[in-house]
Amino acid sequence: MYKYFLRYLISAFFLLGLGTSANAEFKVGFVYVGPTGDHGWTYQHHEGRNAVEAAGIKTTFVESVPEGADAERVIRQLAQSGHDLIFTTSFGYMDPTNKVAKDFPNVKFEHATGYKREHSNVSTYSARFYEGRTLLGHIAGKMTKTNTIGYIASFPIPEVIRGINAMTLAAQKVNPNIKTKIVWVFTWYDPGKEAEAAQALIDQGADIIMQHTDSTAPVQTAEKAGVWSFGQASDMQRFAPKSILTSIIDDWAPYYVERAIAARDGTWGQQDTWHGLKEGMVAMAPYNSAMGADLVKEVEQLQKDLASGKAHSFTGPIYDQKGNMLVAEGKVADDGMLAGMSVYVKGVEGDIPK
Amino acid sequence: MSLDISFIGILIGSIMASSVPLILAASGELITERSGVLNLGVEGMMIIGAISGFALMVISDNLFIAIIGSMLSGVIISLIFGFLTQSLLTNHVATGLALTIFGIGLSAMLGKNYVGIPGKEFPVLFSGLKESIPFFGPILFGHSVVLYFAFALPFLTNYFLKKTKLGLVVRAVGDSPVSASNQGINVILVRYSCILYGGAMCGLAGAYLSLIYTPQWIENMTAGRGWIALALVVFATWSPIKVLIGALIFGGITILQLHMQAIGFRIPVQFLSALPYLMTIIVLVVISRDSRKIKLNTPTSLGRIFYKEK
Repeated sequence: MYKYFLRYLISAFFLLGLGTSANAEFKVGFVYVGPTGDHGWTYQHHEGRNAVEAAGIKTTFVESVPEGADAERVIRQLAQSGHDLIFTTSFGYMDPTNKVAKDFPNVKFEHATGYKREHSNVSTYSARFYEGRTLLGHIAGKMTKTNTIGYIASFPIPEVIRGINAMTLAAQKVNPNIKTKIVWVFTWYDPGKEAEAAQALIDQGADIIMQHTDSTAPVQTAEKAGVWSFGQASDMQRFAPKSILTSIIDDWAPYYVERAIAARDGTWGQQDTWHGLKEGMVAMAPYNSAMGADLVKEVEQLQKDLASGKAHSFTGPIYDQKGNMLVAEGKVADDGMLAGMSVYVKGVEGDIPK
Repeated sequence: MSLDISFIGILIGSIMASSVPLILAASGELITERSGVLNLGVEGMMIIGAISGFALMVISDNLFIAIIGSMLSGVIISLIFGFLTQSLLTNHVATGLALTIFGIGLSAMLGKNYVGIPGKEFPVLFSGLKESIPFFGPILFGHSVVLYFAFALPFLTNYFLKKTKLGLVVRAVGDSPVSASNQGINVILVRYSCILYGGAMCGLAGAYLSLIYTPQWIENMTAGRGWIALALVVFATWSPIKVLIGALIFGGITILQLHMQAIGFRIPVQFLSALPYLMTIIVLVVISRDSRKIKLNTPTSLGRIFYKEK
């Protein structure tokens, strides 16, 4: 509770500042779940905002806004204070965004990683991070010596489960003996806890650490312990130069600029965007030469195939943990199934927290 | 998965490492509270210590300066609290909360240029012995000097409060500032000192996070540990040794639940995540049942404003 209270107070402070600056100029607002200095998820959204600003459009942002009831107040405040387009950049802002959108039909809303578009002024957008996870899985399967991959997971939402599954499927393809060990930390951002989770996985035999949390602590822990790791959301290479094999990079800038300009010029329409390697919303940081030239070449080829559509992260046959068929042989999972993914594929250990 | 004896040694070693910030911050706050001052700014002082320590490390390239500097920055920011509550007689709770908010904001501002700079490796002592002795090696050796200090601190604090004259003065001021004042003790001076000492320990706790535990600066990196330290002091009923026990239980269960997940125990993960909080409270409540002792340890005038009539 204290955290809640505290963050609310902080948000309120920011909003006091925002509330006084209402005028008729076209303005874009951003709501972030973490601090802009997290060097991960929020950092990349903030880079996107900087690009919008560079395109000559005025922007404001509110950082470290907790998901849930407080988010609604922050979004509402942005809408009231004359923002014409508001990007809400975390899954947990889904319901608050739609709720506020109903009361402000003239304001346009863009919600990241969600699936609810209850009103015509709400668009959703996300990136096909799972394509990146497929590449990580391929590398992990080849690089592991202990056949154990440690995965630090945040919250049991489709986005996270999809990543675990995509990684596991790709790793199994090149190494049928791999095991995926998962630790749920129930936070997007707590460097201490993420480091502890990484250490626990390493102590349990994992020699590859993968994260779906936002800080650089896991890769640093991996570096210290001398195991491999992958960066998340931005290129984290300089935090663990020996350990990091590559990073999945989220590049929101082109999308943000395009949508902001569309909203300003009146051509903005509701849509559901899901871009991947092909469009460049998902990009890969340079591959570590420790992988060896052959593996780098292999992965680069796979990256090209995923981008061109020749390969797909979820190609059948895919079974769930109980052995039920999810995707038939020769078929690929459709977007609806991917968007609602809520079961582990065969080979992942443990249960999904309910 | 192996549950052999040397693995348990490694486990205990990492539990100790994760408890250090809690022990330092809680021990510092304990002295502050024993003098009758409730400072809710622990989180704010910790985060200021974290950024100052990291920034000084980058600027001076000297870890000793960084550690001392982090403690000094804790002292400086707690001086604000001291001035407001002791000299201007403001409300302790409100001022402490303000200090936390101020600290988090200020640290984010100061730290803008330090985000994304990798930290330096902090030297550990006796790392050779760590590897060569099974079980006891990883528990006793291969830690930073700050960890050894943190584990000595609760015992030193206990000795200070119970066996030294100065400790008696601190307790007297916390229990009855009016009588202490009538005895000729400078209550305000004692309280100022205890506040500054608490600030120094919180600053060090923050620096442990940004220089040793996860060597880097990121905004908000204390992530609520200051509040846990505050709660520990209360649940440990102001006893330094119980603070140590509480911090170890909290750190221990946090680490153990992560291991249980990695092993694949079929226990709901949400329950496991709540376990550290739950167990720490239960254990501390159980070991602190003696109401006579609680009365003895509780600073009677905690959080009350004292002023000397002139």
